[in-house]
Amino acid sequence: MKRFPIMLLALVLTISLIPMNEAFAKEKFKIAWSHYTGWEPWEYANHAGILKKWANKYGIDISLTLVNDYVESINQYTAGQYDGCVMTNMDALTIPSVGGIDSTALIIGDYSNGNDGIGTRGEGSVTEFTGKEVMLVQYSVSHYLLARAIDQAGKTEKDIGMKLVNVSDAEIAGLFASNPKAIAVTWNPPLMTIREAGAKIIFDSSKIPGEILDLMVVRTNAPDSLKKALIGAWYETMRVMSGKGKTADESIAYMAKIAGNTEQSFVAQLKTTAMYYTAKDAADFAKSENLKKTMEYVRTFTFERGLFGQNASSKDFIGIEFPDATVMGSKRNVKLRFTDKYMRMAAEGKI
Amino acid sequence: MGLNWFLLALPFIILTAAYLFASHMRLADNPDDKLLPPVSKMVQAIKQYAWTGDRTNGEQLMVQDTLSSLRRLVIGVGSAAIFGLLAGLNIGLFPGFKALGNSFVKFLSIIPPLAILPILFIVFGVGEVGKVMLIFLGTVFLIARDITLTVESFPREQTIKALTLGASGTQTAYQIILPQVMPRLINTVRLSLGPAWLFLIASEAIASTDGLGYRIFLVRRYLSMDLIIPLVFWITFLGFSMDLLLRKFAERKYPWYVKSGG
Repeated sequence: MKRFPIMLLALVLTISLIPMNEAFAKEKFKIAWSHYTGWEPWEYANHAGILKKWANKYGIDISLTLVNDYVESINQYTAGQYDGCVMTNMDALTIPSVGGIDSTALIIGDYSNGNDGIGTRGEGSVTEFTGKEVMLVQYSVSHYLLARAIDQAGKTEKDIGMKLVNVSDAEIAGLFASNPKAIAVTWNPPLMTIREAGAKIIFDSSKIPGEILDLMVVRTNAPDSLKKALIGAWYETMRVMSGKGKTADESIAYMAKIAGNTEQSFVAQLKTTAMYYTAKDAADFAKSENLKKTMEYVRTFTFERGLFGQNASSKDFIGIEFPDATVMGSKRNVKLRFTDKYMRMAAEGKI
Repeated sequence: MGLNWFLLALPFIILTAAYLFASHMRLADNPDDKLLPPVSKMVQAIKQYAWTGDRTNGEQLMVQDTLSSLRRLVIGVGSAAIFGLLAGLNIGLFPGFKALGNSFVKFLSIIPPLAILPILFIVFGVGEVGKVMLIFLGTVFLIARDITLTVESFPREQTIKALTLGASGTQTAYQIILPQVMPRLINTVRLSLGPAWLFLIASEAIASTDGLGYRIFLVRRYLSMDLIIPLVFWITFLGFSMDLLLRKFAERKYPWYVKSGG
């Protein structure tokens, strides 16, 4: 019986340590990533020592961890386990920002230019989906893509009246292949698999260019040293990848291998990924009016589906800051920031 | 007696206190924290889920999810109980059936059901049949084996006596042995409910349009712990209630079994 108070104390101590992880240990930073064509370069940067080189330059230590589940990686970032994480613009808004973590889109790595698509067994348009089952990961970029396809067809989800089946991204390709009436919305690599299984791709992200953005997101309060080191490492990797010769080939081969693809299939996926190989292009995109238009679509979509949580009374609940310092939504609750500052520095060789 | 009650409640009190403390710490740091939400947020989330509905359609999702999940569970476990009972009874009693089925059932019972889940989904589809089949296959073989062992443990003399008194094989099986097996079946079903819930939630997580497991994995996408935590309690409560109901039923219907320490 005497042990009880000690056990209680131990338990309380253990649990109370969870929030403490947020405090930065001295100049050691943790970055999470998950598999996607446009993010494989991070693992190459780690493998080739590029990340370490830039971390050393800024006197810090960066560890890159693969979290083999996309949503889980973002959840862990939001929970405070990581200082930065790769994610799309939509998930950056609905998970960390809604969760109160002031986040900055440090790098706009690429946009999906055909990596996300809607595959059918014959239907030629989303307007023919009435009463049919549509498999997708609900509330993901796939759902957003479907909504945009319906939007472009001049309809609403209610008009069409389809049945959405929430399917794990790990199972969707197999389920599509086995079902002669399947309709699926997914991303690469499963999209490539269903295409090979005979799917007719009736809509893909190349019809909404620049709307599904793949980002490196860091905590806004992370020091400049981390931000600069990540920027430096990323654009050096981009130079290697987009260059010619043996090192470039080796880098692609390594990325294909860790992605679990053949080189051929990985190169095919890179074609539907609009990579911003130069910092200038990415910085210019961050500053463009298109980004604001996209975020307006994204926040409307996510708010209407309740992804802002119960506290949000309008889509203005969260503020999104743009490089020109304008804020979309609440100025007092800015939780997602787009900046071209660091990418611009890289473009001008000031990193 | 008082001390017992205190000890019973103690782990729950510690857990709640630790949660509230940790939640408070995190919320002081970030008032929008979603990982350890305050109780008020959970109440609000459940209210919206159960009564007012969400912004897009205003449906009362909790009732619908609960009914869908319970239907899958009851059909799956119910049919597993019937098939398991019939198979176990016949294998345990008749040498011919035993030679035919015993090793096969043993073999099938070792296959981890979750490992064949992708196959089940491809064969039976992602609709209701696939989910019910997973629960069925996940529980039927263990029920059958347990019934076989129970039947075999009955004194041999009982069967011989029935047969010498002129009962047919079927009469012996269904009038002498079956009533004695029933309470054991109820207990086995009670134990199978745990795995059955696991299979239900796993199948709903992978592909579904509704259900409690579906809801948890859907809101996980945006870290809605304010709904996940109450849902875990709700599922626990449902599981506990089903177990209690079966236990009370067995106690009422088969008091001799309970008294004999079964």
